[in-house]
Amino acid sequence: MKNFGFKAIEPRTIDYSQFDDRLLAYLVREEPSFGICLSCGGCTATCSAGNLVDFNIRRLSLHIRSGEIENLAKEIDKCMLCGKCTLVCPRNINLRQVVMLIKKGIVALKENPEIKEL
Amino acid sequence: MAAKSVIVIGGGIAGMEVSNQLSSLGYEVRLIEKNDQVGGKLLNWDRLFPTFRNAGEVLQRLQQKMDQREVIVDTNAEVTDVVKEKETFFVTVNHSVKYHADALVVATGFELFNAQRKEEYGYGIYDNVITSADLEKLFKSGGKLTNPMGKVPQRIAIVHCVGSRDSKVGNHYCSKVCCVTGVKQAIELQEQIPGVVVYCFYMDLRMYGEGFEELYRRAQEQHNIQFIRGRVSEVSETLDHSIQLKAEDTLAGRPLKMCVDLLVLMVGMEPGKGSVSVKNMLKLGTMDSGFLEPADVHLSRNVSSSKGIFMAGTAISPMSVNDTLENARSAAFEVHHYFQDID
Amino acid sequence: MNIEGKKAIWNDYQKEIADDRYFYVRSCVRQNFFPGAETTFLRIMREVLGKTVFEHACHTTCTGIGYHSDIVPIETTMTVVARQFSVMNESGFTNLVPSCVTSFGLYTEVLDTWHHFPQVKENVRQHLFNATGRTFEEPSNVAHASDLIYKFRKEILAKAKYRLVDKETGEPLRIVEHIGCHYSKMFPDKGVGGAEFPRVLSGIAEEWGGEVIDYPERRHCCGFGFRQFLVQANRGYSLSASKKKFESMKPFEPDLIITNCPGCPMFLDRWQYTLSELEGKTYGKDGKGIPVFTFEELAGLVLGFDPWDMGLQMHQIDAEPVLNKIGIAYDPEMKYKGLNGKNLGKPEKAIVNG
Repeated sequence: MKNFGFKAIEPRTIDYSQFDDRLLAYLVREEPSFGICLSCGGCTATCSAGNLVDFNIRRLSLHIRSGEIENLAKEIDKCMLCGKCTLVCPRNINLRQVVMLIKKGIVALKENPEIKEL
Repeated sequence: MAAKSVIVIGGGIAGMEVSNQLSSLGYEVRLIEKNDQVGGKLLNWDRLFPTFRNAGEVLQRLQQKMDQREVIVDTNAEVTDVVKEKETFFVTVNHSVKYHADALVVATGFELFNAQRKEEYGYGIYDNVITSADLEKLFKSGGKLTNPMGKVPQRIAIVHCVGSRDSKVGNHYCSKVCCVTGVKQAIELQEQIPGVVVYCFYMDLRMYGEGFEELYRRAQEQHNIQFIRGRVSEVSETLDHSIQLKAEDTLAGRPLKMCVDLLVLMVGMEPGKGSVSVKNMLKLGTMDSGFLEPADVHLSRNVSSSKGIFMAGTAISPMSVNDTLENARSAAFEVHHYFQDID
Repeated sequence: MNIEGKKAIWNDYQKEIADDRYFYVRSCVRQNFFPGAETTFLRIMREVLGKTVFEHACHTTCTGIGYHSDIVPIETTMTVVARQFSVMNESGFTNLVPSCVTSFGLYTEVLDTWHHFPQVKENVRQHLFNATGRTFEEPSNVAHASDLIYKFRKEILAKAKYRLVDKETGEPLRIVEHIGCHYSKMFPDKGVGGAEFPRVLSGIAEEWGGEVIDYPERRHCCGFGFRQFLVQANRGYSLSASKKKFESMKPFEPDLIITNCPGCPMFLDRWQYTLSELEGKTYGKDGKGIPVFTFEELAGLVLGFDPWDMGLQMHQIDAEPVLNKIGIAYDPEMKYKGLNGKNLGKPEKAIVNG
């Protein structure tokens, strides 16, 4: 391979043709309220962890919805399970349960990366 | 003294309802409709939000009332000239027949935005791009739901705000009812096509009315409709004729690319063709949007800028079916007060 | 695909293109990368179509390349543009024909700015006079060289020796088009066919027998970008833009790419080589690259000009597969022999050429 001093950049578009929706399907099945989020940001605003470190539960939920789950394991550990997000949600989503399910789902995917359905 | 007479221009649901109400108040009403039947745009609509009731039922009921009250209906009739002498209007229809009336009600309705004007969406060029109106016709026909190329869609995208809130086409206003129509159609598509996933691409979700917010929640909760906040910027066709669209997921802050089997454009409302020609004939005022200008937007919305001429329905501004019918009833009362000299 | 829908849009975006007496201004780079391109254009216009195309020895770059690289301020660029107009005026011409698409975009942009801000135009008038003692009048018509070929495509077809058709099967060649960004994206009504469905190249290709393929990334920029390409560290960005286009074209198995900007064919041609060396990927048939042609070269080919006289040997991706498909007669021995049979040397083997 020649070295030209530059390389092609990977596109940063979310490509819906390569969509890993296993975690999303699992969450929606186990905690159906997860499906009615409208990204109002109330959860992130009140989040204990989010006010101190770069942890954005609204954005993480959104990433799961578009199949981006690479950094999820590291991020989700920042949640302190204080429950303030669940208190505030106008759609009554059980966010604490969602966080617990994400942790479970990630472990299951790591142990069995080729699994078709969680 | 002879009963006062009113000519209603436009036989859509506004025209039909205002005729019914005026008739029941004792006035002679003549409804003039340029197409070969009354009913306007609702003739091609399947089901109405927020309850999914059949549009035909509304039309049936309005027609029933017109029959009971013996409203005179002229179809295939287009108003070609109007002249006012003292307090009486002389209306010429099809350049030939002349009628007179003591008041006019303009109920000339709206026109759907021509989606071909948004070139980047490829309507009229790419086969699998249709409008919300095309979809309603498809629902009404009752046949199997396939995309124009005959495939049962697995993934459908709905684009909100086509032709509304858009400086490029000159329509700055919001057409009000397209957001809830998008949600309604998304639910209908999901109910009728097993396994399909529907994505709604919106800038804002305007769920203003009774039952609308609940419909949005139901769409997410029971029908797995995915809502992505971002405007679809360009659309192209792939090798297998599916539609590739580009939008930004603004809430995630990243651009996205998606291939869908069917693209549905939520076209907005524009001032009706009839409104434009009647406004010119009658020298009525219009707003910047092109819709007819009321004398007072809060206190006398059905009263035009010209004495004795009233307005009803979507000729005034985008409205839903129940708003239009309520507006039409209010127009009837404005005419009644005008005749009774009540302020 | 519904062609009627596209035709409706093309009808909306028709533009005025002058008939004759053109003042030609050259591209900074086209002749460096595609030596025969501009000469071919002039030959077609003068000898085949009998038009008057005049070039003045004193004309310069429009400085668009500098303007778009943040090196030349817009006031300077506008003054240089005014000088070009002045040179055109004194030669007795009013129809400007730039060879470069960026140039065309720049002239259009400058004229539009002066139209909306007459004070700026007066300032430029003053600058030009102070610097050179020249005065100027705006051109009455500005058209890109590809617009001219589009306008005279039927006349060229009448004199053509070849069509863009596979001589064995009679099937039209599968052609993908790439329009330079500055042609119509800024001012859609100044481009034939507008910005979304430009007609200038697809009209030419279809008239001469080809089949134009609409691929998803048709509108995407090739990545030239001046400031992106000129600095080596940024070049990956340019490369990725072209790569996106190639990935999109590949499933359609095109026979060739037609372009109208000087930078775009350079990129689309050379980057295929770079990608084949960096990533081992090719995008054409049989594991080779997709040959790239400019509109002048394609016009010259259908008219029967010798490919080597037009400089096709300088293309990174060999043009021979297309030449063979059309059935164009050429002498393979003469490929690397320049004027007077001088040996130009032979390039190394490349993956894109098999």
